[in-house]
Amino acid sequence: MAVEYRVYPAAFEYFAPRTVDEALELLGRYGDEAKILAGGQSLLPMMKLRIAGPRCLVDVNRIAGLDLLRREGDRLEIGALCRHADMVESPLVRDLLPIMTDAARQTADVQVRHRGTVAGSLAHADPAGDWPAALMALDAVVRIAGLGGRRTMPLHEFIVDAYSTRLDAAEMVVGVSIGIPAKPSGGAYVKFEKRAGDFAVASVGVQIDLEGDRCRSVAVSLGALGPTPIRARAAEDVVREAAPSADRVDRAAELVREAAQPFADTRGSVEYKRHLAGVLFRRAFAAALDRARGRQVETIHL
Amino acid sequence: MASPVQIRVTINGTLHTHEVEPRLLLVHYLREVCGLTGTHVGCETSLCGACTVLVDGKAVKSCTMFAVQADGCALTTIEGLAVNGDLHPVQEGFWERHALQCGYCTPGMVMTAVQLLADRKRPTREEIAHALRGNLCRCTGYTHIIDAVEHAAARR
Repeated sequence: MAVEYRVYPAAFEYFAPRTVDEALELLGRYGDEAKILAGGQSLLPMMKLRIAGPRCLVDVNRIAGLDLLRREGDRLEIGALCRHADMVESPLVRDLLPIMTDAARQTADVQVRHRGTVAGSLAHADPAGDWPAALMALDAVVRIAGLGGRRTMPLHEFIVDAYSTRLDAAEMVVGVSIGIPAKPSGGAYVKFEKRAGDFAVASVGVQIDLEGDRCRSVAVSLGALGPTPIRARAAEDVVREAAPSADRVDRAAELVREAAQPFADTRGSVEYKRHLAGVLFRRAFAAALDRARGRQVETIHL
Repeated sequence: MASPVQIRVTINGTLHTHEVEPRLLLVHYLREVCGLTGTHVGCETSLCGACTVLVDGKAVKSCTMFAVQADGCALTTIEGLAVNGDLHPVQEGFWERHALQCGYCTPGMVMTAVQLLADRKRPTREEIAHALRGNLCRCTGYTHIIDAVEHAAARR
C-alpha cells in the first residue's frame, strides 16, 4: 500500500482466537511477549505511549460465551468479556450487589464503559481502579484458565502489588465469581475524583450483612489508598456484631484513616487522601446500611 | 512489520474492505484510509472523546480501538447522521442552541448524545451532563451543549 498511515503503537502480531484453548495456545507460544486484548481501555493508552509494547496481541473479543453474566446458585458469574456498561445496566446486579452498580457507574465515561471489562480491570490491577477496590469488599474469586487446566483464586490473593497479579504469562482470566450476600444486606461504593471520569483520588467500598439491627458482617475496602486495595479490618471489627452507633462509626472512620497507605501525587497529598478516606467511609457506610435496611439510596448524584 | 489483516467494516451503511496493519487505530483508519475526516483526533490519550463513533450502536473512542477489532462491525460516524441533507435532531439542536464555538469537540459530543438519546427518551439535564463526561469542550462551558441535547430530545 502506498499510503503511509499514522501509527502510534509499536507493531505486533494480531490474533483473534475463537476459543479459550486457542488463546491459551498462543499465550503458551509467545509467553510474556503476548498480551490479552479484551476491552483495551488501559492497554491501548499504554501501547500508544509505548509504555507497553507486546509483540503479540491475543484479542479475546471473539471468543463465544465469555460475555455471560448470570446467577448460579448463591454466586454471580461474570464472564471475562462483561463490560462495565453491562454491569451498569444489569437489573440482576443492581438487585443482588448494588455496590457493583455503584462502581460501574463511576468508572470512567460511557465510551470507556462500553469496551472496558470487569475481569480486565482486575488483571490490570491499577491501584486506583474501581473494580479491584469495590470487589475486595465482597467474596470475589478470579477464574483462571491455563494449558494445564482451570483454577480459582480469591481476589485478595490474586492482586499482589500495583499492576501485579499472580496470573502466569500463559494464563488468562476467564471470569469473576462473586458470592451473593444473604439478605438483609447492602453495599455501597463511593468514589471521589478530581475531574469527571478520572481515576479515584480515593474510594471506599462497604458491604454490610444485617441480623436484626446488628451488623453480622462488615467489609470495608479502600481504593487508591495504597499499592493494592486495602481491607480496613480493624475498622470492620469495630462495627461488626454491633448495632451501628455514631460512636462506633467515628471510631471506625479513625481506623480507616489509619489503615490507608496513600502516596502523594497530583491528585492530592498524603494528609488530604487520609482525610478523604474517613469521609468516604462515612458516606459508604451510611449508604450500605440504608440499603441493607431496604431503602433506595444513591451514592452518586445525577 | 506484522502481517496486514483484511477487514470488512460497514460504515454509515457502506461496506468497506481494506488490508490494514494490526496497529492502525480505528480513528486513523476512518480518517486516512476511508477519508472520513469528520471524526476528530483530539487528545490522543483516550480522554477527550472527540473521536467518538458508534460501533454496533455503542459509543466508543475510536482512538482506543484498533481497526482490526472493527472487522464485521457496523459503524456510524458523524457523516452518517444527516439524511439527504436534513440534519439529525442532535445536529439541529447544536445548530439551534449555539452549542459550539471552535467545533473541534462537536462530532464526538454529537455522537455521544445520539447514543444517549437512543437509550433514554427524555434525559434530565443531570443525566445529559453525566452521559457527556467522556467528552471535553474547552470553549462553551457545556451549558449550551446540554441545551442542545435537551432540544433534540424534545423534538423527537
